[in-house]
Amino acid sequence: MKDNVLMRVAARWNIPFMVMFALYTQVHGELGPGGGFQAGVIIAAAFILYGMVFGAAEMRRIVPRKVTDIAAVLGVLIYAGTGVYALLNGYQFMDHVALMPSNPGAAEPWGMTSVEYGVGITVSAVMITIFNEITEGTDEPRLGGDTEIVPAPQENKTEIG
Amino acid sequence: MDLITQNIPALIVVTPLVMGLLTGIFGRKAAGWWMAMGTTSAVLAMAVQLLVNVLNSGTLQVTYQMGNWPAPFGIVYVVDPLNASVLTVVALIGAVVTLFARKSTLNEVPQDRAHFFWAIWQFCMVGLLGITITGDAFNLYVLLEISSLSTYTLVAMGKGRDRRALTAAINYVVLGSIGACFYLLGIAYLYMVTGSLNIADIHHILTTKVYPTWATDAPLYHKTVVAGFAFMAVGLSLKLALFPLHTWLPNAYTYAPSAVSALLASTATKVGAYAFIRVLYSLVGIDFAFSHLHTDQVLLVCAGLAIVVGSAMAIRQQNVKKLLAYSSIGQIGYICMGFALANQDGLTASVIHIFNHALTKGGMFMALGCVAYRVGGTRLEHLRGLGRQMPWTMAAFTAGGMGLIGVPLTAGFVSKWYLVSGAIGAGQVLWAGVVLVGSILALIYTWRCVEAIYFGQRAEGAPVVREAPLTMLVPTLLLAGASVYFGIDTRTTTEIAGTAARFLLGATP
Repeated sequence: MKDNVLMRVAARWNIPFMVMFALYTQVHGELGPGGGFQAGVIIAAAFILYGMVFGAAEMRRIVPRKVTDIAAVLGVLIYAGTGVYALLNGYQFMDHVALMPSNPGAAEPWGMTSVEYGVGITVSAVMITIFNEITEGTDEPRLGGDTEIVPAPQENKTEIG
Repeated sequence: MDLITQNIPALIVVTPLVMGLLTGIFGRKAAGWWMAMGTTSAVLAMAVQLLVNVLNSGTLQVTYQMGNWPAPFGIVYVVDPLNASVLTVVALIGAVVTLFARKSTLNEVPQDRAHFFWAIWQFCMVGLLGITITGDAFNLYVLLEISSLSTYTLVAMGKGRDRRALTAAINYVVLGSIGACFYLLGIAYLYMVTGSLNIADIHHILTTKVYPTWATDAPLYHKTVVAGFAFMAVGLSLKLALFPLHTWLPNAYTYAPSAVSALLASTATKVGAYAFIRVLYSLVGIDFAFSHLHTDQVLLVCAGLAIVVGSAMAIRQQNVKKLLAYSSIGQIGYICMGFALANQDGLTASVIHIFNHALTKGGMFMALGCVAYRVGGTRLEHLRGLGRQMPWTMAAFTAGGMGLIGVPLTAGFVSKWYLVSGAIGAGQVLWAGVVLVGSILALIYTWRCVEAIYFGQRAEGAPVVREAPLTMLVPTLLLAGASVYFGIDTRTTTEIAGTAARFLLGATP
């Protein structure tokens, strides 16, 4: 799809907004609709769109596998770390009050925020990893094959139809 | 130190989780095994401490509120004599098999993926320990999925030795997902009626508000609870491989790496059995499940068939690993028969057999791991004549085989003794007979192995093999020795299992 101007331009225009919307979803997670899982999926969708248009190899150049591997682990560690932090301070595991004992009402959203960031990081990394696993070793040959099998006139026909 | 002792119920699950994640990044080469070993040892220490705490506490219960949210609102971990003993079994087997697995996995697991293997190994422990300790029905589902997903991966890791591990894993994925899905549906139905996910709370609402209204009004409630329970029962039966739903088990155990077979055979299905006991006795209650719905009759028939068909299928196998896998299906039958009898002796037999069979089968699968390490295969002809060349490994294997038959002075005898006396006590002489038939069938398939080991000849030109390396032999002998020890000194196991049974049946100790 690299040679298709329409796809390229549309992707270029859409990806920044997708990332922006993902961040919006992320920061509204702890008290309103939204949250880490949804944000993680949206941000991963932005990267996967990039990968589909410009090729999976190109996406892996920007987000190498090592980064997604470490991010996947890091997110869960942030989640678990929030709990362990409370535990080390003499509270029950996952008791967010530990984050701000003077003001428990404010501590709860802080704890949730930290957990949601953990979820967001892990979910986005795992989604990208799944895309990587599916496209592994197939990107270059198949893209070449596609352009041969699907010539330009047919594309026009589908657009009109 | 206080910090740790107060938080053991949370730490026993969080430690393997965090360490597993770290192993995924830092566990390359030998480090992975060391991290897994450290984790499983720490978990074993915590599990034993927890068991002691529970037995010494007046109420026989230790609860832990996650995030300090009280019971019906937050997730609560509840430890009572039953799950404290199952936790100890899982932790013990986990630690011993991890010790064994270091050398064993060198040949059988691709070494460039070893850090992932050890990470997933620890996630599997997270799931199994979590299922056992949690007091929340939905949390149980989540942990069931964690343990299942890691188990599928561990089974598929056997592909380096035998490509059939992949089809076995896929088969297991499909059936395991159906099982987990059914369990989730069951929870959803019960949630519709009770509005709660906490096991004790659901039980309270069902017994005080839902069951009493049955004869009079709200027949819809009735049907929803029955459907929910049915879904949960079928889902969990799939997970624990109860007879007609056992088809995923033989291939998964046969083609998984040896260490994985040893871990799964002695923990995964046992934890499934525990979850089933928990659903029957603590969630819906046996008055409903047994007196009202007569689930016990269905379970007894399935368990009886599991014993007979599982053991009979075991006799036909040429691959000894598969033989043990079919034998496991039979042994699961004993466990299910115990808790389906719903009396003191039957339930005691169930709890003891969870422990005893874990020791016996774990030891036998590890002995086969030693054979695979030295000889390169686990078919019956590979075992031929090994009695002279690997005497210690084969002694461990034979001791395990005796345990499967239920020879006196082995652990298997103790559980069968209680099971038979429980069956006779319940007036179910037929099922006591089935237990004895199972023993005879076990005698036949064990004899086939023993004959090959001690009276067979090594194939012409087969190289002379040495005894397995010490790091593999010691854990194997440890479990085999323990299975004999707990057959002679039965005080500890019967006392704990008896306490657990009394606790479940509601009598105050």
